[in-house]
Amino acid sequence: MSDLINSSLRELSAALATKKVSAVELATLFLDRIEKFNPPLNAFITTDRERTLAQARTADERLNTGAGTQLTGIPLGHKDIFCTKGWRTSCGSQMLANFVSPYDANVVEKLAAAGMVTLGKLNMDEFAMGSSNETSYFGPVRNPWDVSCVPGGSSGGSAAAIAARLTPAATGTDTGGSIRQPAALCGLTGLKPTYGVVSRYGMIAFASSLDQGGPMAKSAEDCALLLNAMAGFDTRDSTSLERPTEDYGRDLEKPLAGLKIGLPKEFFGVGMDADVRAAVDAALAEYRKLGATTGEVQLPNSGLSVPAYYVIAPAEASSNLSRFDGVRYGYRAPEYNDLTEMYSRSRAQGFGAEVKRRILIGTYVLSHGYYDAYYLKAQKIRRLIAADFVEAFKQCDVIMGPTSPSVAFAFGAKSADPVQMYLSDIYTISTNLAGLPGMSLPCGFGNNNMPVGLQIIGNWFGEAKMLNVAHQYQKATDWHTRMPEGVK
Amino acid sequence: MTRTTQWEVVIGLETHAQLQTKSKIFSGSSIAFGAEPNVQANAVDIALPGVLPVLNREAVVCAIKFGLAVGATIAPRSVFARKNYFYPDLPKGYQISQFEIPVVLGGGLHIRVGEAEKFVHLTRAHLEEDAGKSLHEDFHGRTGIDLNRAGTPLLEIVTEPEMRSSAEAVAYAKALHALVQWIGICDGNMQEGSFRCDANVSVRPMGQKEFGTRREIKNLNSFRFMQQAIDFEVQWQINEIEEGRSIQQATVLFDPDTGETRSMRSKEDAHDYRYFPDPDLLPLEITPGWIDEVKSGLPELPQAMKQRFETDYGLSSYDAATLTASREMAAYFEVVLALAGRENAKPAANWVMGDLAARLNKDGLEIAAAPLSAQQLAGIICRIADNTISNKIARDVFEALWTGDGKDADAVIEAKGWKQITDTGAIEALVDEVLAANQKSVEEYRAGKEKAFNALVGQAMKATRGKANPQQVTDLLKKKLGA
Repeated sequence: MSDLINSSLRELSAALATKKVSAVELATLFLDRIEKFNPPLNAFITTDRERTLAQARTADERLNTGAGTQLTGIPLGHKDIFCTKGWRTSCGSQMLANFVSPYDANVVEKLAAAGMVTLGKLNMDEFAMGSSNETSYFGPVRNPWDVSCVPGGSSGGSAAAIAARLTPAATGTDTGGSIRQPAALCGLTGLKPTYGVVSRYGMIAFASSLDQGGPMAKSAEDCALLLNAMAGFDTRDSTSLERPTEDYGRDLEKPLAGLKIGLPKEFFGVGMDADVRAAVDAALAEYRKLGATTGEVQLPNSGLSVPAYYVIAPAEASSNLSRFDGVRYGYRAPEYNDLTEMYSRSRAQGFGAEVKRRILIGTYVLSHGYYDAYYLKAQKIRRLIAADFVEAFKQCDVIMGPTSPSVAFAFGAKSADPVQMYLSDIYTISTNLAGLPGMSLPCGFGNNNMPVGLQIIGNWFGEAKMLNVAHQYQKATDWHTRMPEGVK
Repeated sequence: MTRTTQWEVVIGLETHAQLQTKSKIFSGSSIAFGAEPNVQANAVDIALPGVLPVLNREAVVCAIKFGLAVGATIAPRSVFARKNYFYPDLPKGYQISQFEIPVVLGGGLHIRVGEAEKFVHLTRAHLEEDAGKSLHEDFHGRTGIDLNRAGTPLLEIVTEPEMRSSAEAVAYAKALHALVQWIGICDGNMQEGSFRCDANVSVRPMGQKEFGTRREIKNLNSFRFMQQAIDFEVQWQINEIEEGRSIQQATVLFDPDTGETRSMRSKEDAHDYRYFPDPDLLPLEITPGWIDEVKSGLPELPQAMKQRFETDYGLSSYDAATLTASREMAAYFEVVLALAGRENAKPAANWVMGDLAARLNKDGLEIAAAPLSAQQLAGIICRIADNTISNKIARDVFEALWTGDGKDADAVIEAKGWKQITDTGAIEALVDEVLAANQKSVEEYRAGKEKAFNALVGQAMKATRGKANPQQVTDLLKKKLGA
């Protein structure tokens, strides 16, 4: 059984199809591991053994009648930002610590329809605002590679859970790097699709124009399988794109000879740690061995991406989080004398410091007299950033660089300085601003033997290409198969 | 103090018309009025975490219809924006509305006050969602929230500040009220809040170019209250200025019990709504093809119909305007005319605008509920035209049909024996009788008293209970009296 925790989804699928293991046995294996290894890691914040096993039994029935899909019976965890019917959906906040969703997010619905079994809900930065998973109301998630380090964020629970083999796969969301950065810091593969490929319905909104759900797993091949089940047009999300169904794994086995890799000079300048640089350079050398060529491209406005992001994302968040007012659901202050006090106390007590900071920034930049100078200007920068990518993709098929400037850092190292924390996402944010797809995959180890992530940025709707590029690398290397010692 | 200044009143109206769609503007919930609280509020309406709005195409069609009906520009691309503020009956903490780029721009409405006609220009009309309701009674010091109305589609219609009296404001509101019902986008029910107006009112010395400071009277839900509220507000503002105080920009409410307006909040308390384009919704794009499709489904518009009534039927501008004040009245009139013939256009107009309108008014009925059908009224008009009955008898026939006493004019005339006597011999005999019985009047007439002649006609008509043809009676009397 122990090899199952390191198996790919395709291997698990085969094991289930050939009755080497049942969905119930598989779910039990991971539930037991969660029981054993989760307490120090704090990756799962809600589990419900009975509910999980009931889903697994249903999956077994489907498998027995031959009505299963490739994913039927395979367990996964959902980032707690996805509404899951009957499960607490907290978004990592005290504000929703008592909220049990009466409906399923589109992504949850689709993965359930494919027959996947929910192991539980995964910890995250509060309302997805953070890059270290230190802002969760439920406490920080620890990095399985070194429990004194952060797992990255905001999908830190998803990343830690997969790295510790508490689940073979998980959902994540990425607004400025929240899938890719924790994937990098925990040694995983994660993919943020093109904006509009995965429905946002039921995914609690942080910054609507940037948020995108995506898969996190051990390999590109796993991510392709998951994305096939997650993606698709949804009439309940007006920003969801109506496109023909794709098999995102169709190009996995294509050789890379002739692939043109663009290296933005802006991503290889100061700011990147030497250990990260060494691992990324080695990965690029490997790609050249696989037949790819590398060449410099320019993203001249990428330096503006962090400031533009920290205007747009908080602006949208300040409005998106207005519904958390203590009136209909969620946290309400125990004592208040009037309506204004009910609002201010419920929100002051229910939200954590980082969320309040971003609500204040967002409120400020949208205020009368400041809108043009901040929000409107940031939107213009956003278009410039997208235009840079259009130019760059005239010269290359994919763009590569580091996912994060450093390996996982120690708790508290950046939490006192928001700007330092915000710079953790310096290489990932421009992708969200442009709506492009991006991936992170493990490419070695840096200081303190912590994982380093290689970022691939694809052209719009270039998911299949990115997955191909990642998979070929993973066939030639074994970084993605490494597992932290502490959870063996 | 003596009043030396002549004041000019400046009014602009903002109207919220609830659109007659089946479901809400951004969710699939029903918008029917009067359901139990919160049963018509789904996950989107109560703003659960993670839900998203999806625009209802039907609401856009309503906006296009309106834009076409007022001759406005329909924006090829308009944008939904969030208007952010906290209130318990606003579940998302923002209202989805249109701000910088509305769906309808410009256009206007013809209004009439007495004999004067005027064209009121519209600034814009935009789509937005309604809020829910806060219920302050029955909850023992707490407030209840009903979200049935939350998300109901509204078209907010804004005029230029072009009205110069409460009468003009009311005339505009009535014309708009008729129009939105005419084109079928709003039921116009003011009691249920389907059509409500805010009036921006200011005054300035006659001849001054700059506007005075305005105050906004909120939620006027009847034409009578609108008139009262504006009249009170205008007088109040003039008094304030004349007594040396200045007007402060404010939002005010009208209290129908006292007939006064009172300040609800001042400019200082005004919200900063932090408008920004809603990232959950794509810009609304309306193609010329879509506009054409909607256009082909529009009924003839009141202004065009009025023109046609004047040109084709020879009616006066006043008559044509009155008859086209509502689609139902115009339709009724057209049925009457189709049966009675165009040559009877003027009498038909008089009957519809006169006796019929008065009788409806007396019974508190709308024309659609009139007990007298257009076919029945046409029957009456035909019998007047062919001299079967007089105008006077016609009123009795009208009343009989109104109360259900007979199926049509002919049946009533027959049953009651009200057929006009036109037989010359019979009338001549009658006239002889009258002359013989009223020698005194005959002498008076011959002595030059014109009034005595009328008395003789009256006697003849009385003897036949009004059935004699009055013209024939008159002619014969004159002949016999040697006049």
